[in-house]
Amino acid sequence: MTVKAMTAKEVARKVMDNKPLFILDVRNGDAFADWKIEGGNIQYLNTPYFDLLDGVEEVASELPKDRDILVVCAKEGSSVMVAEMLDEEGVDVAYLEGGMKAWSEHLEPVKVGDLKNGGELYQFVRIGKGCLSYMAISGGEAAIVDATRMTNIFLDFAQEKDAKIKHVFDTHLHADHISGGRSIAEATGATYYLPPADAEEVIFDYAELVNGLEVAIGDARIEIEALYSPGHTIGSTSFIVDDQYLMTGDILFIDSIGRPDLAGLAEDWGGDLRESLYSRYAELADELVVLPAHFMIMDELNEDGSVAKKLGDLFKENHGLNIEDEQEFRDMVTKNLPPQPNAYQDIRKLNMGKITPDEEVQREMEIGPNRCAVR
Amino acid sequence: MIKTDRILDAKGLACPMPIVRTKKAMKDLEPGQVIEVQATDKGSLADMKAWAKSSGNQYLGSSEEGNVLKHYLRKADESEGKDEVHFPHTLANSELQKQLSRDDVIVLDVREPAEYAFGHIEGAVSIPLGELEERAGELDSEKEIFVICRTGNRSDFAVKQLTEKGFSRVKNAVEGMSQWEGPTEQNNA
Repeated sequence: MTVKAMTAKEVARKVMDNKPLFILDVRNGDAFADWKIEGGNIQYLNTPYFDLLDGVEEVASELPKDRDILVVCAKEGSSVMVAEMLDEEGVDVAYLEGGMKAWSEHLEPVKVGDLKNGGELYQFVRIGKGCLSYMAISGGEAAIVDATRMTNIFLDFAQEKDAKIKHVFDTHLHADHISGGRSIAEATGATYYLPPADAEEVIFDYAELVNGLEVAIGDARIEIEALYSPGHTIGSTSFIVDDQYLMTGDILFIDSIGRPDLAGLAEDWGGDLRESLYSRYAELADELVVLPAHFMIMDELNEDGSVAKKLGDLFKENHGLNIEDEQEFRDMVTKNLPPQPNAYQDIRKLNMGKITPDEEVQREMEIGPNRCAVR
Repeated sequence: MIKTDRILDAKGLACPMPIVRTKKAMKDLEPGQVIEVQATDKGSLADMKAWAKSSGNQYLGSSEEGNVLKHYLRKADESEGKDEVHFPHTLANSELQKQLSRDDVIVLDVREPAEYAFGHIEGAVSIPLGELEERAGELDSEKEIFVICRTGNRSDFAVKQLTEKGFSRVKNAVEGMSQWEGPTEQNNA
């Protein structure tokens, strides 16, 4: 008996298109409560697989008949077992191929727009974990910002577009996910840039990403300009691309702002964060399209699946940009913060090159939702 | 090495098999017996805890050796926590805590070695209930003995046995380790 598999890509399309789906998540209750497949039109039932070993009749009666049913577990094995049991009961279900592990690793490329002198800008939406990476392509050259660990996706995409990767940037030293930046640079001969203030402890060579740095890609000379904007980390740096786009890293999100505590210095960096958001960003053109490094909730996605909004709109709508009282702002970014991301201290060490665990361990380290924001 | 009644090798098996095998092995255990499950699937840690809770068995703890996780579980004893405690001389955990500073007392922990290993009162002597008959002689009858288990049930049997053997100053720490809020130590390596 074989049951249908649904790929992470198919699920991602359903989520982005707001299609109906019923998820029977058979992981344990804590894992489900901590992190699950999110979507505007998804219904859920969480029953751990170990409570279904004696039979699925009971759970089968709770499943709807009018929408697709997807059985989900951590790595696939349990969902295949439960899906087969349901299939034997005559219930039509699919399982998620590769489980939440595959969901966490899936990247969906979405075109954000065209560049003025020719060229394109793509956003890579890591929908299961809320990470956003970028690739600007022009005249056969590419630059990548905040690449994730799944480096093949970027390498293949650039190859498809006949572009040579020249510059790889990380807006800051990430604490919530493992950067693919250094590995992409090593594979392609590109230059890997990091803000020096975040890179004091790194054990590899990198190019310094400093305020005012300008690089260009392609014959059309698409410009990428660095803007020092500390607060999430002391080195956090934003980019202005082609005078159209503002890549904010983990400083400003669509519906929230960055948290200053993941490197342990919330009190010190709260002031920097305010300065970056309320002074430096305030001086920039309202027309710039903000492209953050994360999203936290599905409501932040646009209809086409992209995560982008004009800076002027964010100054009107984003609560974190509209707190007049400085003390109130400081309290918000230092008190009652959400839990810290899974294994964030080890992830920082890995991104510094201090530890190099094998791939399976890296996967485990990244399990769970994104938690880089305060709302 | 923690003494257990059964060792289950689930190394190299991916989810759901470690739990499937554990559930099956548990059926053959007597109530109160302890099983050690060896697994390499990292996810088995959270699932073993959650499964034990949902199935009413007792999750004792886990240790890690290299890439092998060892989970310790004790099969539920249906009578536990329900039986009335008969032995008249009991003391509450708060009272036991106060008595610990005296040097003429013994805390006797009659739970299984694996339960003891994952958290016991500092200095407590470990003799599982099943071995007490033979090993009671190891205890100093001059001292006052406070007997503890998880929920006050096994310790009730133990104090009665000790009384029959002529120990005159024994009390059942009836609330048991499940409600113990004082410091504990572990030796689960």
